[in-house]
Amino acid sequence: MTTSPEYPIRVLVAKPGLDGHDRGAKIVARALRDAGMEVIYTGLRQTPEQIANAAIQEDVDVIACSILSGAHNTLLPKVYDLLREEGAQEDILFIAGGVIPDEDIPALKEKGIAEVFTPGTPTGVIIQYINDQIRGGTLL
Amino acid sequence: MNEQNNKPPESHPLDDSLSAYQEKVNAVNQRFPERSPEFTTGSSDPINRLYSPKDISQGAGFDYLDDLGYPGLFPFTRGVQPTMYRGRLWTMRMYAGFGTAEESNERYKYLVSQGSSGLSVAFDLPTQIGYDSDHALAEGEVGKVGVAIDSLADMEVLFDGIPLDQVSTSMTINAPASVLLAMYIAVGEKQGVPASKLRGTIQNDILKEYIARGTYIFPTDPSMRLITDIFAYCADEVPQWNTISISGYHIREAGSTAAQELGFTIANGVAYVEAAIRAGLDIDTFAPRLSFFFNAHNDFLEEIAKFRAARRIWARLMRDRFKAKNPKSWALKFHTQTGGSTLTAQQPDNNIVRVAIQTLAAVLGGTQSLHTNSKDEALALPTQDAVQVALRTQQIVAHESGVANTIDPLAGSYYIEAKTNELEAAALQYINRIDELGGSPRAIDAGYIQDEIMDAAYDHQKLVESKQRIVVGMNAYIVDEPPPSGLLKVDLSVGERQKAKLNDIKSKRQQSAVDSCLADVKAACEGNDNIMPPILNAVRAYATLGEICDVMRGVFGEYQQSVSL
Repeated sequence: MTTSPEYPIRVLVAKPGLDGHDRGAKIVARALRDAGMEVIYTGLRQTPEQIANAAIQEDVDVIACSILSGAHNTLLPKVYDLLREEGAQEDILFIAGGVIPDEDIPALKEKGIAEVFTPGTPTGVIIQYINDQIRGGTLL
Repeated sequence: MNEQNNKPPESHPLDDSLSAYQEKVNAVNQRFPERSPEFTTGSSDPINRLYSPKDISQGAGFDYLDDLGYPGLFPFTRGVQPTMYRGRLWTMRMYAGFGTAEESNERYKYLVSQGSSGLSVAFDLPTQIGYDSDHALAEGEVGKVGVAIDSLADMEVLFDGIPLDQVSTSMTINAPASVLLAMYIAVGEKQGVPASKLRGTIQNDILKEYIARGTYIFPTDPSMRLITDIFAYCADEVPQWNTISISGYHIREAGSTAAQELGFTIANGVAYVEAAIRAGLDIDTFAPRLSFFFNAHNDFLEEIAKFRAARRIWARLMRDRFKAKNPKSWALKFHTQTGGSTLTAQQPDNNIVRVAIQTLAAVLGGTQSLHTNSKDEALALPTQDAVQVALRTQQIVAHESGVANTIDPLAGSYYIEAKTNELEAAALQYINRIDELGGSPRAIDAGYIQDEIMDAAYDHQKLVESKQRIVVGMNAYIVDEPPPSGLLKVDLSVGERQKAKLNDIKSKRQQSAVDSCLADVKAACEGNDNIMPPILNAVRAYATLGEICDVMRGVFGEYQQSVSL
């Protein structure tokens, strides 16, 4: 499972909010990197503004937010709204993971989060999803 | 550190019989090979087919009196009290808190009515990071992972109807531990309970926040000073209080091995002891109030050995390295929580079984208190029903399993003793390495500890994804299941209600008193006076947590995380 040789997919792995659980974020970041993607990890406690700005400045193809604090319904749509204000939402695949109850996922998808990966998801599934979305021509 | 330690070169009386056994094994293996070419523990350490007296003989460096001794006596391998659970069962302490102080107070009263013997307060993230509920960064987080506390007014509600001279309370609070402890003391005053009668624990372990848990505020050095101020203050004023809970739990949750959990946690313990000694405290005044907090993970036998090794390592360090004279300074007391990261979102009922096994490990390892996770915690905060099953799990182990009736019953097991030795040696290697790096705070600044843990976490993930490690219900024995229902939901109005309470208290308090108290806090931060008395005055005047922490941020600055992958 590698990305196409033309250029590597660029991913921002971000931790929104005050939650300090970064095991999942770091594992996903490493797995994406091992799959040939260029990964930028923000570290903890990023505001939606910081995440959107970093994504635009770094010209990433994907934002992957990890959140385990329960604040996902507040913080994730904010990131998307900020991307939209900058006209960047069309160019960036926005995905999320963490402790996010199934019943919250439809509303998050309506608010611009393309996919939500819940606990126990193998990293291979996330890599496959990103590759399909980016290389499959739905975005670029 | 994977090889058998101190294997004797000389012959052993069992050598011939062991060779005969090995031949038998070889013969059987040719026809019926073992399930795997190699077997490992939950921490990926090799594990032998069989352990025999040879593995714990004198030649292997094992001596009963030196290495085990008796419960309540050095080196405390068999337990910290002479009678252990025959005298008193462990404290069944369920970590709880969500929403507002009113809601959490209700949950505490329920837990006490169901036989919970100690309280354990979970604070929300804004509280843990020293922000009031109306701070911009608190948006969406208020009341989510714990209870929101902005001022003494909230703390009064939290413990309403709970007499503080009759419960022991553990508070998972680190960077602003001084402020929450001050609030607890102030609630005691209002109930007529003097500080000298308060019993409980503050987590107050900032080093593992930098390593694994993330709720740091201030840089390393002022954080260590806050901690030693608390040690000094409590030694005089709150003598029954455990001033720190040096935590391996979160290090393990972040993906460490059992040996790393031991090594990094005890290295942090060494750093606190050294800081307190540097601050001029006598070791025997503060060391008896140090406590630890470990994870009870899945590998049952490895975990039991880990708890036993922890006690022995600490006893030897405190007596031999730090020259503590009071036996209470040598004894490592610990709280345990079952391993949250072992819970699966899939088939959550299976988690009840995992928690039961982990509970047994903690009890056979001699824990002083225990939190059992609820089956739904991979998905959300637990419901009351799920918490009840978790608490009942402890009660069944306590009253029905029989394991609490004799002390350290697995002592003398060839494997348990060999594994205890092995984990002790492996942990000491980490501690030595960290000493070489200049101690834990410097090893954290350099990212050494974080990187070691991350490597182990990633290795584990790869084993799970390749199914070399089976997680029942997640990567094997999978069923189609409907999405979980009936999860606890914290409603968003908590934030609004909490903001209204905050405005209310700010309008009622005497602002000039608050200002003057905050000025005293600032002066203490800038100087060398103990920080606790001015903080206590400030909380009595209803200065908020955010206001006090802002003053401290102004003087100390904020920690900058070193980010590495």
